[in-house]
Amino acid sequence: MGKSKVAALPGWFSLDGEPHLIGSRCTACGTYYFPVRTTACRNPACGKDDLEQVPLSRTGKLWSFTDACYQPPEPFVAPEPFVPFAIAAVELEHERMTVLGQVVSGVDVGQLRVGMTMELVLEPLFADEATESLIWKWRPV
Amino acid sequence: MNTEIAILGVGMHPWGKWGKNFVEYGLVAARAALADAGIDWRQVQFVSGAATIRCGYPGYVAGATFAQALGWQGAQVNTSYAACASGSQALAAARSKILSGECEVALVIGADTTPKGFLAPQKGDRPDDPDWVRFRLGITNPTYFGLYARRRMGLYGDTQEDFAQVKVKNANHGFDNPNARYRKRFTMDDVAASAMVANPLRLMDICATSDGAAALIVSSLDFARRHGRGDAVRIAAISTVTPTFASEILEMPDLATDSAVAVDAHRFRSALPRKAYEEAGIGPEDVDVAEVYDLSTALELDWYEDLQFCPRGEAARLVREGVTRLGGRLPVNPSGGLACFGEAVPAQALAQVCELAWQLRGAAAGRQVEGARVGITANQGLFGHGSSVIVKK
Repeated sequence: MGKSKVAALPGWFSLDGEPHLIGSRCTACGTYYFPVRTTACRNPACGKDDLEQVPLSRTGKLWSFTDACYQPPEPFVAPEPFVPFAIAAVELEHERMTVLGQVVSGVDVGQLRVGMTMELVLEPLFADEATESLIWKWRPV
Repeated sequence: MNTEIAILGVGMHPWGKWGKNFVEYGLVAARAALADAGIDWRQVQFVSGAATIRCGYPGYVAGATFAQALGWQGAQVNTSYAACASGSQALAAARSKILSGECEVALVIGADTTPKGFLAPQKGDRPDDPDWVRFRLGITNPTYFGLYARRRMGLYGDTQEDFAQVKVKNANHGFDNPNARYRKRFTMDDVAASAMVANPLRLMDICATSDGAAALIVSSLDFARRHGRGDAVRIAAISTVTPTFASEILEMPDLATDSAVAVDAHRFRSALPRKAYEEAGIGPEDVDVAEVYDLSTALELDWYEDLQFCPRGEAARLVREGVTRLGGRLPVNPSGGLACFGEAVPAQALAQVCELAWQLRGAAAGRQVEGARVGITANQGLFGHGSSVIVKK
């Protein structure tokens, strides 16, 4: 029997087959937010309180990338032994915002270049015997 | 209206890992600044401390902690916390008191004791705290430095050798600085041989964390004249502005920028010195020396552009051509910068001002920028904090 899958950060992304980040959009000025914001648009020219939950774009352009060669401190849950991973900042064109995330396992910085198209997928962030805690990651298209 | 104040005295405790309480470091720096100013501690009417969040309650009330350590004498007291800009905020508080006439002489002070390794978030399960969330995802401070560096490579064609040149330059600058922690010259090969931390940045591209303390005695210009120090160097501007929505660049500890759907994106790092230039009524062409926050080698190059020393994308040329090394047209980080100091958060912004004071007095033996009359600092930290201070003769 497979492990049960839960979101490592509940409410930050959908768990369906075409996963997407869950953000907010101000119904007055159109500004997007990630993670979700329930009230008070931060655009100082707006400041309205009516924010709706919306799915964010699943693909974007790679703004920049790096990697974690050393094990990060807690609350990061590191596998034994620690496996370095790449990290991407991806520009969502429609939302005009850049979102960070790990890059899928098996892809290192040598396979990335600024400007390439990336898509969002889910992968385990950490796991125990019964449960896989999933997180969004970026994968080159 | 005159908005300048005088720097009567500066002092530091050398940066390092000394294993002592932060109060001891602060005392050394405060006494050095008092001696440099030639005033008695009991003449200080306001103590403005920069807080440390790693040393318990005494750190949260750093102003009072140092006032007590020096001997309670009835001064007014204040403590500021603003991440990397804490020292500048404390300095701004002192300037306000002085310019409003509430006091004539103030001690501004910051000291820290730092843990080994990555700066980590406070303990506990706090998914509402963006600082906790990003560490949960394995995103450390070097992650952001790596992203900025790679962006420069992708956009402007900077190379890892350009970044390494910043380290080599700063190591040369700090070699003779008695307050620097790392006093060793490095070659390009040394940098290239150090371990990769956050590609494209290696261990020697990224600054360490250190213990250290810095203190200033500042006063009204009138007090300085009466004290026989009418020629003291002056603080001409202190910028501690917030970012303007929408943020253009991913900033620690956020996982996303603001969305620029409704309003244009703004670059926080350039806003900080812009406000300082406005306040001092000068421009980048007037600057002789700068102390900038080289949390990473590549970030120093970003600062050249944010300080308007060159157009966007051309910073690597300045370091390649030697413009920003001692003897060049516009030396940057003559102290050795964070590369030679390591970051002691609440002391660092004040250490930058101390260095400019020494440079403008012509007292920076072994690392003097000849004829320097105007200097600027720049730094930026977490949660929308940053500062830029202009010191002039």
